[in-house]
Amino acid sequence: MAEIEGGGGGHKKGGKPKGKKMSTRVDFTPMVDLGFLLITFFMLTTSMNKPKTMEINMPVKEVTEEEKQKVKASQAITLLLAENDEIVYYFINEQTGEPETPVITNFSKGGIRATLLSKNKELLDKANNNNYDSIPILREMYKTNQIKEDEMKSRIAGIKSNKDALIVVIKADDKAKYKNLVDILDEMLICNIGRYAIVDISPLEADLIKTAMATSNSPVTPK
Amino acid sequence: MPKVKVPRKSTSVDMTAMTDVAFLLLTFFMLATQFKPDEPVTVNAPSSVAEVPLPDVDIMTITISNDGRVFFSMEGQQYKEELIRKMSAIKQVPFSEKEIKEFSLMSSFGVPFSQLKELLAEKSEERAKFNQSGIPSDSTNNELADWIWQARLSNNKVRVAIKGDQDANFPVVKQVIATLQDKKVNRFNFITNLTTESVEK
Repeated sequence: MAEIEGGGGGHKKGGKPKGKKMSTRVDFTPMVDLGFLLITFFMLTTSMNKPKTMEINMPVKEVTEEEKQKVKASQAITLLLAENDEIVYYFINEQTGEPETPVITNFSKGGIRATLLSKNKELLDKANNNNYDSIPILREMYKTNQIKEDEMKSRIAGIKSNKDALIVVIKADDKAKYKNLVDILDEMLICNIGRYAIVDISPLEADLIKTAMATSNSPVTPK
Repeated sequence: MPKVKVPRKSTSVDMTAMTDVAFLLLTFFMLATQFKPDEPVTVNAPSSVAEVPLPDVDIMTITISNDGRVFFSMEGQQYKEELIRKMSAIKQVPFSEKEIKEFSLMSSFGVPFSQLKELLAEKSEERAKFNQSGIPSDSTNNELADWIWQARLSNNKVRVAIKGDQDANFPVVKQVIATLQDKKVNRFNFITNLTTESVEK
């Protein structure tokens, strides 16, 4: 620490200037107080967790009818997001091409997720395609350095491009909330569904929700 | 037996080390801090398992409040200056240099273009009280489309993030997505909070 020569005015007595040694110690306590006060302030104002994002790819709008991929009826499921966090889903009957009886479910674990997982598994089993990789698990493995980035990417691409997997058509009713949309996209990630699309709802399907709601007096809410 | 003499020790401790630590931490937090821009609305984003962090630069954020108002913001002062110049040229409303500067410093806004001057005239502390009605995004007067398009012209690397409140009604979201698609933005991000949801195989 720097030495400070204390007491400069020792000439009064005419003798040798006797430099009185003063202590160079300074009381640091207020400085520490200030330091910690500022630390507290900055700690409280800092937002450490950055928001996360979910990437969405929408199809280009101007596609002609021929360019649109025709979805095999047996492979597709249509989810209609209704009000009060409910989902109405239906399959298309392969023989008749007519929609089957719609089922009401919700966002709970045993709800839509169970349906998607079991249906997806059923389709993959039928096609003898044992692609049971899971996107979130692969990501986790990459994070813990169990697999390389290239491997993760190729395996995720494998899941997403699997020809036999379930295809989900998401249609949100006007009474649905934004949360429902994000939740269902989240389910896509959890259930390893690589092929899904957000499509505008048709008036026919809006009616379908209404009739489905009306016919089920006691909606099935599996927990 | 003679008495054991306990030497009296000074109670003052050397604070230097503590000060060092305190200021080290202070420096760290000062550098790591990013002040939250004051938003005109508080948005409660829905949660998801998505883990991709939001980039800091080259991003424009479209905020949808729970009552369906649409707000717009963009990162980068120089881009915002360019954006407002372009918008003023299109709408043929001249803006003074001071207003342009104000605009580049403003975080998020949600007023029709005709009210923008009014909003800029307010002091930045007063803006929170300004009644912002949201940027019109319906088909009759789609100003949001202009903002998006000009923002992309100002910064060609810009990406779009949608920050919706979880209780925002879907038609508004649909409207915004349709606007984005109209302007050939087919890739965008939804801003969410992270949850730890168990992942099933």
